[in-house]
Amino acid sequence: MPLPGSGLAKGLAVTLRTMTRKSVTARYPDTQPELPPRSRGVIALFEENCTVCMLCARECPDWCIYIDSHKETSPPAAPGGRERSRNVLDRFAIDFALCMYCGICIEVCPFDALFWSPEFEYAETDILDLTHERDKLRDWMWTVPAPPPLDPAAEEPKEIAAARKAAEKQAAQAQAQAEAEKQARPGDAEGGTGEGEA
Amino acid sequence: MNDTLHVVLRLVAVLVAFLVLPLLVGQTEHKVMAHMQGRLGPMYAGGFHGWAQLVADGVKFAQKEDVVPADADRRIFQLAPAVALLPYLLVLIVIPVGPHGFVGEAVDAGLFFVLAVMGVGVLGSLMAGWASANKFSLLGGLRTAAQLMAYELPMLLAAASVAMAAGTLSLPGIVESYHWWWTLWQLMGGLVFFTAGLAELQRPPFDMPVADSEIIFGAYTEYTGLRFALFLLAEYAGIVVLCGLTTVLFLGGWHGPWAGSVGWLWTLLKTAVLAFIVIWLRVSYPRLREDQLMKFAWTVLIPISLVQIALTGVVKVVTS
Repeated sequence: MPLPGSGLAKGLAVTLRTMTRKSVTARYPDTQPELPPRSRGVIALFEENCTVCMLCARECPDWCIYIDSHKETSPPAAPGGRERSRNVLDRFAIDFALCMYCGICIEVCPFDALFWSPEFEYAETDILDLTHERDKLRDWMWTVPAPPPLDPAAEEPKEIAAARKAAEKQAAQAQAQAEAEKQARPGDAEGGTGEGEA
Repeated sequence: MNDTLHVVLRLVAVLVAFLVLPLLVGQTEHKVMAHMQGRLGPMYAGGFHGWAQLVADGVKFAQKEDVVPADADRRIFQLAPAVALLPYLLVLIVIPVGPHGFVGEAVDAGLFFVLAVMGVGVLGSLMAGWASANKFSLLGGLRTAAQLMAYELPMLLAAASVAMAAGTLSLPGIVESYHWWWTLWQLMGGLVFFTAGLAELQRPPFDMPVADSEIIFGAYTEYTGLRFALFLLAEYAGIVVLCGLTTVLFLGGWHGPWAGSVGWLWTLLKTAVLAFIVIWLRVSYPRLREDQLMKFAWTVLIPISLVQIALTGVVKVVTS
């Protein structure tokens, strides 16, 4: 049986011990919080990558992305050829009063023009001011952190895997060629003709 | 003329202590409670660790509208905060701080005076609860009354035990005749006195009458602005008075090394330690239910205080 009153003493001990420890309060306006990687603060636009494909605006469940664009034609590369046309972005705005931070726009963007930024201090006193235009979205691009390193046991990223495969293929080819050359050397008479085959 | 000046100076000093010490306790409570909960507490008011938080609170309270409910008993409603607060000022006058007459006014039957006047303080809550014309206030007021009935008795018995031991009712006289082993001899009485005092101040864990999450601060539900601030001030003044009294009665007041020169410092130090314990208890323990509260007083505290009185009597007879 525990000593009578030991529970009371335990309660006092807990509070006293907590008092001697460092408090956990985050002093936010004075010191910035340390946000975890992939924090969803705001959506930044890397407009150089944007091709005005409108995928983000169409996929957005809230319809909070506004895109205006026009087409510009450039003269044909060779005389008599066809004129080239490309899309030019006029307006790219996200209404953060509607945005629910689902990140679908960032997921669907095929050209890596949208990114999550951990920046969160963009409160406004008027709800209409929460529609942020492309210049603001472009500015937030500077706050986007580098992607965090992969886990030690993670699968290789696709682009690196593709590049590695290509490099390996090339190396194998070069080796096969060298070996073929070596075999051809004893005869030596018609050497050099087989080079182009590989 | 000189005597008058002397008295006035003493009273002014007591008034200053009355206005400063409760604020110190309140600020300590802010900070200690925060750190015990892993928080920082006020950090901005006044610049350095929020030292001026209570001053800022006072300014805020003073700016608020003073509302009296339409159905309230106007005069009683407005008078209640003063009734709650002033007794503690009166008690503070007679608490001896240091040797050689370092006291606002030495009263021969000081112990009687102190206990009687402290009982009046609770009347303030009762008046507030009755006059507010609010059922929660009434509940709080009645609980206050029940609590006063239950806890005044063990408090008186414990104090009587000390008076028996010292053979005097004068507070400076009690401190004068204190020996270090009294603290052990009167230990039970001291604990009962301190606990009952906490209950009388309606401090957690004995704060069922004000229970803000259940009956919305009990008797103080309808109060706003300065009058509400006065009730809060009364609570903290009550802590100062209770801790001072416990120091004087059970911990030997100014006794300690170099008591002749720095005796007052010992009194203040002991009072401060007790005030810390009051805060500590508040942070550590949950609120007692009303029936547990009553049961604790009648079945635990009163028997203990009676045993203490018997012990005091036996030892007194044996030693004399």
